[in-house]
Amino acid sequence: MTMREMTYTEALSQALREEMARDETVFTIGEDIGPVRQPENLWDQFCERRTWQTPISESGFTGLAVGAAMTGLRPVAVIMYCDFVTVCMDPIVNQAAKVHLMSGGTIKVPMVIRTPAGAGTREGGQHSQSLESWFVHTPGLKVVMPSTPADAKGLMKASIRDDGPVVYIQHRLLHPIRGPVPDGEWVVPLGSADVKREGQDVTVVAISYAVHKALEAAEALAGEIDVAVIDPRTLAPLDVDTILQSVEKTGRLLVVHEAPGQGGAGAEIVRQVTEKGFEYLRRPPRVLGGLNTPMPYSPPLEDACLPQVGDIVRTVRGLVRE
Amino acid sequence: MGTIHLGDLLPNIRREKAMPDREKRLEMLRLMYRIRAFEEQVKTLYDYHSFQRKGDIAADEYDVEVSGVIAGAAHVAIGQEATEVGTCAALEADDYVASTHRGHGHAIAKGADLKRMMAELMGKKTGYCGGCGGSMHIFSSELGLLGGNGIIGAQIPIATGAAFSAKYQGAKQVAVAFFSDGASSQGTFHEALNMAALWKLPVIYVCENNLYAATTPAPIALSIPDVADRAAAYGMPGEIVDGQDVLAVYDAVSRAVVRARAGGGPTLIECKTYRFVGHAGGGKSPHNNPEELAVWLKRDPIALFEKKLMADGHMTADEQEAMRQEAFAEAEAAVAFGKQSPFPRPEDMPVTAGVALS
Repeated sequence: MTMREMTYTEALSQALREEMARDETVFTIGEDIGPVRQPENLWDQFCERRTWQTPISESGFTGLAVGAAMTGLRPVAVIMYCDFVTVCMDPIVNQAAKVHLMSGGTIKVPMVIRTPAGAGTREGGQHSQSLESWFVHTPGLKVVMPSTPADAKGLMKASIRDDGPVVYIQHRLLHPIRGPVPDGEWVVPLGSADVKREGQDVTVVAISYAVHKALEAAEALAGEIDVAVIDPRTLAPLDVDTILQSVEKTGRLLVVHEAPGQGGAGAEIVRQVTEKGFEYLRRPPRVLGGLNTPMPYSPPLEDACLPQVGDIVRTVRGLVRE
Repeated sequence: MGTIHLGDLLPNIRREKAMPDREKRLEMLRLMYRIRAFEEQVKTLYDYHSFQRKGDIAADEYDVEVSGVIAGAAHVAIGQEATEVGTCAALEADDYVASTHRGHGHAIAKGADLKRMMAELMGKKTGYCGGCGGSMHIFSSELGLLGGNGIIGAQIPIATGAAFSAKYQGAKQVAVAFFSDGASSQGTFHEALNMAALWKLPVIYVCENNLYAATTPAPIALSIPDVADRAAAYGMPGEIVDGQDVLAVYDAVSRAVVRARAGGGPTLIECKTYRFVGHAGGGKSPHNNPEELAVWLKRDPIALFEKKLMADGHMTADEQEAMRQEAFAEAEAAVAFGKQSPFPRPEDMPVTAGVALS
């Protein structure tokens, strides 16, 4: 397989362009995706027939995308900031997620809701959240959070080809990250975790941008504690088996994500591991999430609200020494 | 603010009335009877408490004696048959309809089978959605039914998306969004109308203004008397029609459909109508205003249409009675079918692939 080095954004753009070229029914719709901004370099190739630059109407255009998906198209709706999903929760949660079941399985809603998320960009309380747990808690939705350029491409292709609604969340700090990406047909199946690093002492499950922090922490601990790092890549469906296989070896589990730990996706991962692999656990499992607070603006305050590499190192040490 | 009429914007669209022939008129009356008969049965069978405290009983042990009961939420629209039939009669079989929480009539007018409708309301496996939808969620891809909706106004962007789909794929289909005076104050209404007008989507917004959002009177919820005037804000035609006159509704919707198929974009049609029954509880809940109701009952859309058909010599009294009885017998047969049908079992649920129950 030919690999090419590129950024996360370029990989995402490549996936969208290839899928739009492959399938006429795929189109993108959202705010500010026109010729001036060109966030995914789609306009020049596909112009306005396939790239629908909308009014500021998240509820309206997401609902429109649901109707389009119910009638033969495969929309990729772009919500500019994850925080803005609050104004279009109804079409996502009450419509897209439910139509398949409520129609007795007769109508499918193949659509992607793609949204940049996350903190660290100093944008304040309404442009910093990671809201994945709301969608994990909604039956009928799949939730995808790629952490590398290769996964950004492979999971976008899988999301577009999926016959149900997929919420695809990309942490904004991942955008400039570079990595090798396979050329052409490269599809990462939804529901397959990736073992980023094998380890014998502690299993760290990290989500989205936290994967990179966890790998840094594991490197810092190398020679002292042998840390396994697993990226679940999709939270619904969750590949809990891969996590269990690692926990069986290490007996210790830490989940790291940026969203507050209270009611977060980490709590769900711990629930599943505890129910299915309680006998493997030698220590109580831990979740290292963001602080349970709205996000402040000032950089030192924002940084203090997020799990950092040092926090992961300390928590892993605690798990081993307790 | 003045209402814009279709002809003012597009003088080339024919302004003469779209008039159905005798056969079509009789079919429209037949549909109105069918809806009325179905709704009367729903009202009779409705019992809010019937299925409660049954959660620990396996599906096949539900008591057959109560299995013909309709529970939960069921909103009937007796009195609004002219808007339902007048609109859908102007559509082709492959056109789309996105409906409301009060949508039995929309589905029947679009061609839904009473048996499968009734079975769905009874929660049976033979229903349109295998018992997974219920009264507010009748879907049928064959009939272009994009579901009713329990969220007021949510269907408006969905219909707009279906119209988008048709235009995107170069198909000649149009989409109708039914909604109420109440939904015209939701953000989805305004967002969808703006996009539909911008992109000239083939969609017809049919507002069934029955003067009440549940129990809230329109005058205390709308900043202007006529919903149709809201069309002007989006540069699309808005037209008011007598919602008790099925031919008037048919005419207005037909002209909007011609315009939409010709690439002329969306239309807002406000049908002034009235619901003869209470908001919820299968029509059994108290009526908003009994005195006002007495006045509106004199404008029953079915009686008005019967009178017109007879005055025009399209139908004899015998023919009328035969059609009426046929429709009511059909509704009774639907009830029998629903009662005899089995409940679905949990394993019949179309669980989304990759999504486990645990």
